[in-house]
Amino acid sequence: MIHEWPLWEIFIRGQHGLSHRHVGSLHAPDAEMAIKNARDVYTRRNEGVSIWVVEANNIAASSPGDKGPLYEPSESKVYRHPTFFDIPDDVGAM
Amino acid sequence: MTAPIANDAALLQFLLRMGDNTLILGHRVSEWCGHAPVLEEDIALANTALDLIGQTQMWLGLAAEVQGEGKTGDDLAFRRDVWDFRNVLLVEMPNGDFGQTLMRQFLFDAWHSIMLGRLQSSSNARVAAIAEKAGKEVTYHLERSGDTVVGLGDGTEESHGRMQTALDYLWPYVGEMFASDAVDAAMFDADIAPDPASLHSEYDQLTGRILTEATLTVPDTRFAHKGGRDGRMHTEHLGHLLSQMQWLPRAYPDAVW
Repeated sequence: MIHEWPLWEIFIRGQHGLSHRHVGSLHAPDAEMAIKNARDVYTRRNEGVSIWVVEANNIAASSPGDKGPLYEPSESKVYRHPTFFDIPDDVGAM
Repeated sequence: MTAPIANDAALLQFLLRMGDNTLILGHRVSEWCGHAPVLEEDIALANTALDLIGQTQMWLGLAAEVQGEGKTGDDLAFRRDVWDFRNVLLVEMPNGDFGQTLMRQFLFDAWHSIMLGRLQSSSNARVAAIAEKAGKEVTYHLERSGDTVVGLGDGTEESHGRMQTALDYLWPYVGEMFASDAVDAAMFDADIAPDPASLHSEYDQLTGRILTEATLTVPDTRFAHKGGRDGRMHTEHLGHLLSQMQWLPRAYPDAVW
């Protein structure tokens, strides 16, 4: 039975969070049941105020094998971090 | 209608009926813990069972206060024998397969949600408060069991057949939820609870809509097994359930967490 149900990735917005965060995945026959299952599996301890579900098939992901070309070039570009500027005190916290 | 009952005695009976329904069904549903067909349903059923046990604590806790014999809700749950239970027969019926469990849940949830909705305007503030808290939980129970009944009823040939079998088996236990007696009359007169019979048409509408969507056929009979809510007789299933539920506190009366 479980093999007939697609996998869903679950995103929950927490009590004090602004964005939905990935919390895990589960199986369900459709989107509505996925939300119900997510409610039961991932919000039992009052974790969330909003749930997104996405069928895992619909997520396009970068390949771990491409790690080198994708991410290594940025390691040597420290100037991309805005740490070379003096921030005037008047600006306050940024 | 038999002779009127003193108000406190009737209120106690009413509270026992509410609390025993949720206690027995909660225990039944908890029997699935670790056995459900998939992890997601396992957790969902455990959540439902815990909701029902939580509601039991409120109903039986209040019942113990009204009884005024210095007992607790736990005493009522674990130290009464089968003939003192006041739950409807429907909730003590065995789990059967997953479909039968969810059909039983749906048939009860539908009544439960309508009943709790009415109880929120009870003249008894404690009753109204319990109904309001429980109402939110039960709204979700009904959504979930209703969806599952539709999913399985309007599913494969196998699942449809099992759901129809479950409905045929359980339907004769539905009528008891709408039976009225002297206890109900006393509750109605005191504006504490509605006359159960007055919930019937709303129930038929609600269940009819869902069961039609589930492509299931409601059995053409009004015959109803009765005896649970007035304590006249329970099915043989309740004794087995109680022996499992009560053995620990009875074997170790002073046991604490």
